[in-house]
Amino acid sequence: MSRLGTITRRAFLVGSAAVAGGVAFGVYTVRKPHANPLAEGLGEGQAALTPYVRIDGDGVTLITPRADLGQGAYHVQAALLAEELDVELEAIRVDPGPPSGAYWNTAMAEEAAEFMVPAQGRMQAGAANVVGAAMKVMGLQITGGSTTVPDGFDKLRAAGASARETLKAAAAAKAGVPVGEVTTEAGQVVLPDGAKVAYSDLAADVAGMEVVQDVPLRDPSEWRYIGKPMRRIDIVAKSTGTQAYGIDAEIEGMVHAAIRLNPAQGGPVNRFDASEAEAMRGVKAVVPVTGGVAVVADNTWRAFRAAEAVKIEWGEAPFPGSMDEHWAALGAAFAEEAQDSRNRDDGDVEGALGGGDVIEAEYRAPYLAHAPLEPINAIVRVDDDGAEVWTGTQIPRFVQQNVARVAGLEPDRVVVHVLMMGGSFGHRLEDEVVKQATEIALTVKGTPVKLTYSREEDMMHDFPRQIAMGRLRGRVAEGRVETLDLSIAMPSVMGSQMGRQGQPVPGPDSQIVAGAWNAPFAIPNHRVTGYRAPELAPVSSWRSVGASTNGFFYNAALDELIHAAGADPMEERLRLCDDPLSRQVLEAVAEMSSWDGPLGDGRGRGVAFVQSFGVRCAEVVEVSRGERGLRIDKVWVAAEVGRVVDPVNFENHVQGAVIWGLGHAMNCETTYADGRAEQDNYHAFEGMRIWQAPEIMVRGLENGARVTGVGEPPVPPAAPALAGAIFAATGQRLREMPFSKFVEFV
Amino acid sequence: MKLTVNGVEHEADVEPEMPLLWVLRDELQIRGPKYGCGIAQCGACTVQMDGIAVRSCQIAAGDAEGAEVVTIEGLGTPESLHAVQAAWIEHQVAQCGYCQSGQIMQAAYLLDMMPEPTDEDIDKVMGGNLCRCGTYPRIRAAIKAASAAMKGA
Repeated sequence: MSRLGTITRRAFLVGSAAVAGGVAFGVYTVRKPHANPLAEGLGEGQAALTPYVRIDGDGVTLITPRADLGQGAYHVQAALLAEELDVELEAIRVDPGPPSGAYWNTAMAEEAAEFMVPAQGRMQAGAANVVGAAMKVMGLQITGGSTTVPDGFDKLRAAGASARETLKAAAAAKAGVPVGEVTTEAGQVVLPDGAKVAYSDLAADVAGMEVVQDVPLRDPSEWRYIGKPMRRIDIVAKSTGTQAYGIDAEIEGMVHAAIRLNPAQGGPVNRFDASEAEAMRGVKAVVPVTGGVAVVADNTWRAFRAAEAVKIEWGEAPFPGSMDEHWAALGAAFAEEAQDSRNRDDGDVEGALGGGDVIEAEYRAPYLAHAPLEPINAIVRVDDDGAEVWTGTQIPRFVQQNVARVAGLEPDRVVVHVLMMGGSFGHRLEDEVVKQATEIALTVKGTPVKLTYSREEDMMHDFPRQIAMGRLRGRVAEGRVETLDLSIAMPSVMGSQMGRQGQPVPGPDSQIVAGAWNAPFAIPNHRVTGYRAPELAPVSSWRSVGASTNGFFYNAALDELIHAAGADPMEERLRLCDDPLSRQVLEAVAEMSSWDGPLGDGRGRGVAFVQSFGVRCAEVVEVSRGERGLRIDKVWVAAEVGRVVDPVNFENHVQGAVIWGLGHAMNCETTYADGRAEQDNYHAFEGMRIWQAPEIMVRGLENGARVTGVGEPPVPPAAPALAGAIFAATGQRLREMPFSKFVEFV
Repeated sequence: MKLTVNGVEHEADVEPEMPLLWVLRDELQIRGPKYGCGIAQCGACTVQMDGIAVRSCQIAAGDAEGAEVVTIEGLGTPESLHAVQAAWIEHQVAQCGYCQSGQIMQAAYLLDMMPEPTDEDIDKVMGGNLCRCGTYPRIRAAIKAASAAMKGA
């Protein structure tokens, strides 16, 4: 294991401190000033503590910096803690802790590091150090990149183990017995005479005690939770309407706000007339905000309705207005001066393409809204000396800083409460809503303002997935793929997204070639080049980011060459695969689907393999052609994840990611006319509905050493596996998403 | 105006055209029904009105006067689950869960109409309820489990 392993282990050092009525493990390092990590170096680690556990008279609370967007992050983190702490999973409460630089996300650095130095060993560890240090400076407390499990797998178990041993030491000392003779179970320390002391009763004793460090973690054979089916801790609430989301939050004295933003995202307001809106029932004020107009009222619907009644003259979009211009900008980006990276360059591509039959193709992927079902919302109250925020967000630190900046406060005067989210898919990596809510709240100081976007405002200002274009040049010889040269052009998602946070993104953007450059195929002449197109419409991370477009480009390109070679899509991938873990994934999905060449009879299968976020994932899609169109009958998925923490949540999450990948590849695009997003609600942006959902068989492989997350990796292979299946069933080669522009689905 | 929700009569001072959804959420603080689209495209706001599943974003408050409205909170509670809710828990359907109040209200209505629905029945009746997390395989399984449980009951 690289130095990253060392860093992660050192990150376990926890301290304890007395808090109101109890003790908090880890609070020491959280409270410690966020020292200059570049001087300190990652190896020191003590500012790198992540989630921690609070024990007080009420029991055990997991303080977690990784937010729950619906992926079960609270549940899985609680399970990891419970594993070593010996408490019942159901007994753990979860509290999304305060924003803090100490909560920087270790695992987030790994993928970027691999790209910076695409080789194992010391060089890569060095790169991780640099990237990680940068994240630490930024205090990148972020939920994303499928990192909650890899980031927490060791840290949370270690936090649980340290807390358990400290509690044992406290109970033993109190009872005057050797610590070696006490045990723990179900939130209690068991003394030699069988007497039990609840953890909550020991809270006062352990406060201020030296925390027991370096506790060996349990052998997997002793695990009670990890790897076994569990009941998600939020499943009852989410099945009874009792789960509160951000949009359900109620703060005393709160008023409701609605917003109208320039439909050309980021464009200005030239002038507006609020006279009609101001006269409407329940309306308290009409307030100009950056790029739009807000209405404050006593009810969400009244605010929505009054916002619609404001007459607004909008300025121009700050980016090209038509899709033709966007595609032209991408086409023009395939030029040397725009080259961003070429991390894959095997053999002699130019020589191989110098003569003979060269196969060429162009692929396109559209902008796509995230469109989580809970519209964007936030509550902000600004007082003279501070502010308080309640919102569902993946970036609480940026929220804190941005509210402080808009309100003219120091960041430490801004309290952020992270609330449960009704989906995100990357949408809540943006925080425009809190800036706008703060602008409104400044006009009614002391009053909490709840800003809720209408669906239309949300979808038209989504910061969608990047638009992207891929170009293939390749050759085959003697029934084999010999040369694959894939060029990809897109705007930089990281540049657009982090630019809005005032954060520079130095160096190449790994997302421009993510999911393509690292394909584990030993094609003799093999090259992947990324080109950075200028920023067009503002874009943001959409579930699986660059790989969501590139996994399609790469696999579709490979399929064209395999077909030209007269080979079988599965067999040729297996023949070319030079990575043992990837091979096992492909073999698994071939076995699960009983892959045995063409199906015939109007049916077809396709296969795709993509490695993203450290996960090797392969999918086989099967379609059939009927009178009402193409139907996706079955999907098989195999993914190498190191360790499946909860098989139930794992399966659900993978199935959902496949449906996400398929639904958008089939049915969705966000397009612009006059700089305005043309899709403003679900009638025009459906995703997938139940009648299109196939049967999905899932297998998690545990052959690798690295424990990974799975929120994103099953998305990229879905579209190309579907395209391959459609080709097998119909002979029609699809090179552009959404596929519904070219074929009919049931 | 007077509204009966989950068997309790409420008084609300609202415009007759205010959608039932917003009367429930903002005036009566009944927040199980969710706002997702406002145009009957997502089903997150589904409630039952006189035993029929409706999109509460499309029902004017004035039209709900005198009707029996049941929301997810009235269907069952954590302590006393409706068979559909029990099946939803058993199959661990929810991910983000935001659409599930509507899904459950629609599924309960489906099973009222058709105690043993086919896959095609499920597609037809549940097709208006969008789930962005893609929990459809589990929704289907849970509906079948609830159907079996209700038959045995």
